[in-house]
Amino acid sequence: MKSFSQHRGVVAPLDRANVDTDMIIPKQFLKSIKRSGFGPNLFDELRYLDEGKPDQDCSGRPKNPDFVLNQPRYQNTSILLARKNFGCGSSREHAPWALDDFGIRAIIAPSFAEIFFNNCFKNGLLPIVLKESDVDVLFAEVGAQDGYELEVDLERQQVIKPDGAALGFEIDDFRKHCLLNGLDDIGLTLQHGEEIRAYEARRREQAPWLFGSR
Amino acid sequence: MAGKTLYDKLWDAHLVREQEDGSALIYIDRQLLHEVTSPQAFEGLRLAGRQPWRLDANLATPDHNVPTTAKERAIGVEGIEDPVSKIQVATLDENCDEFGILEFKMKDQRQGIVHVVGPEQGATLPGMTVVCGDSHTSTHGAFGALAHGIGTSEVEHVLATQCLIAKKMKNMLVRVDGELGPGVSAKDVVLAIIGEIGTAGGTGYAIEFGGSAIRSLSMEGRMTVCNMAIEAGARAGMVAVDQTTIDYVKGRPFAPAGESWARAVEAWADLHSDVDARFDEVVVLDAATIKPQVTWGTSPEMVLPVDARVPDPAQEVDATRRQGVERALAYMGLEANQPITDIKLDRVFIGSCTNARIEDLREAAAVVKGRKVAASLKQALVVPGSGLVKAQAEAEGLDRIFTEAGLEWREPGCSMCLAMNADKLGQGEHCASTSNRNFEGRQGFGGRTHLVSPAMAAAAAIAGHFVDVREMLNQG
Repeated sequence: MKSFSQHRGVVAPLDRANVDTDMIIPKQFLKSIKRSGFGPNLFDELRYLDEGKPDQDCSGRPKNPDFVLNQPRYQNTSILLARKNFGCGSSREHAPWALDDFGIRAIIAPSFAEIFFNNCFKNGLLPIVLKESDVDVLFAEVGAQDGYELEVDLERQQVIKPDGAALGFEIDDFRKHCLLNGLDDIGLTLQHGEEIRAYEARRREQAPWLFGSR
Repeated sequence: MAGKTLYDKLWDAHLVREQEDGSALIYIDRQLLHEVTSPQAFEGLRLAGRQPWRLDANLATPDHNVPTTAKERAIGVEGIEDPVSKIQVATLDENCDEFGILEFKMKDQRQGIVHVVGPEQGATLPGMTVVCGDSHTSTHGAFGALAHGIGTSEVEHVLATQCLIAKKMKNMLVRVDGELGPGVSAKDVVLAIIGEIGTAGGTGYAIEFGGSAIRSLSMEGRMTVCNMAIEAGARAGMVAVDQTTIDYVKGRPFAPAGESWARAVEAWADLHSDVDARFDEVVVLDAATIKPQVTWGTSPEMVLPVDARVPDPAQEVDATRRQGVERALAYMGLEANQPITDIKLDRVFIGSCTNARIEDLREAAAVVKGRKVAASLKQALVVPGSGLVKAQAEAEGLDRIFTEAGLEWREPGCSMCLAMNADKLGQGEHCASTSNRNFEGRQGFGGRTHLVSPAMAAAAAIAGHFVDVREMLNQG
């Protein structure tokens, strides 16, 4: 997995609550059997004026000029600023794959839906929860200044503003460790293979009907 | 010390190890697989040279992409006209064959929507942990199981290790007391709950649904309620085990039998919250006040009783909420203060993992029996949840009731719930749908979804606009 330690980049404000994963990547693009190539269809229905199709060249499609990521000042966005309950709905990991493929490295919001939040960590993408009042301030600052950038420092658990002010955020130790070192979850879990086998042996005694039921 | 909740018990029973920061490994008893969220997981296994930890814990079936017309279905995978969908379904077949995982393929009568198939086969049992790369896995919590959706990386993790890295959630009890009125169903209950707590109200919680109204629901009804826990933000919803649960499970193909059955039933008797269990949050609803529900907006929390009027954004004090209402009304093509019953419909969809079980089809059939679909409707689809549900419905003559009324009777799959196959809404079309999500574009580009119960969808199909199904039932 890709590691994450520090990142500085342009911030784009997506000013709506409850952005769902259908919106992040519509269903017709989930037919792919690959993990890559979803970037051109990120936010497809918001970004383009026509209906997107799988395996289509998106360069000639009519863009929605009102959509934030289409505006010239947000061309090099790598940090998304969002509202509450970002990533709700479907469990599709294609949502973080699309964000990553587009070039997003971190998402800042007052809250995230859980499955999406989990999925981000598996893909080297950092979801950051900040207080709603801090997010409000960031929305105002991003809107007021062209080329507004933030710095994210995972080691210190801080979002650093252009004026040097730092906003702290929480993250589980285990997730932080995995993200900083780009560790593969499966490899780590398999190190506990003996414990899993011991659990299975106990469980088989207590509830034999859960095994070999086919 | 306070007693344990049902969730506490399920968590404790599956804990393999726990770290100081609370991240834990929990053991997974059952993984369900479908074609959309598994190909990259199998590919990951192959690239790392790994094998599944325990084959018998997995069960697969294609559902999201499968066509629902008899013509396309007659041939099997090769009959899928959309070449991209065909590759995805064929890839599931190849992966299951290669790794040795049991799959109910497209032409198998046991094929269907994973969340219908698992319970129907007894592959979902009380006390299990159940996962699937699909957020509506919460459905299986109806059996007193800990069940939730996961991402594709986690699908691969469970395949390879039989465990999931997880952190314990908080406990919420949603209690629905009293008796539901006639014409009011499990779908109305869960929509009313979502309306009450909001689409993020359950985030961070495992929700246990309890109270006399929940206990009086059939297993089908409980599955409908748990299915939409995710629409309230909670990954897992659950209902305690009782005689209704045990009666449903008994005799199903994957269920224990003989001596093993007696032992299992004894163990399952503990699958309820202790009387002195502590919940972090308790929400109480009065069943008698719940009316048939209709969503008017683009989030499941944008829901009202059928006799209400569409909200007026001018009445919203909070700016983000006001913008949300304005945007939803614009997308849905609705006017503030318009009566819900004035909303005209283009299509009706009866199906999905929320409402495609036999009881749902019976409720819808009871409404349309002897009536005709409104001439103004472009299409009314009935899509059973599995091949076995379809066979049961046909044995009861429900298919004829639907077709005589002018509804189309289709082959099983997810269908128009998310429109990954050919069943979809056109731009600007309004649909009365028994599915679970009314997000923008969910049922087709520019489509407008209204979530309702099967009986309400059936009533809307007859009238061509929303009506209170209770009035129609009174007319007999």
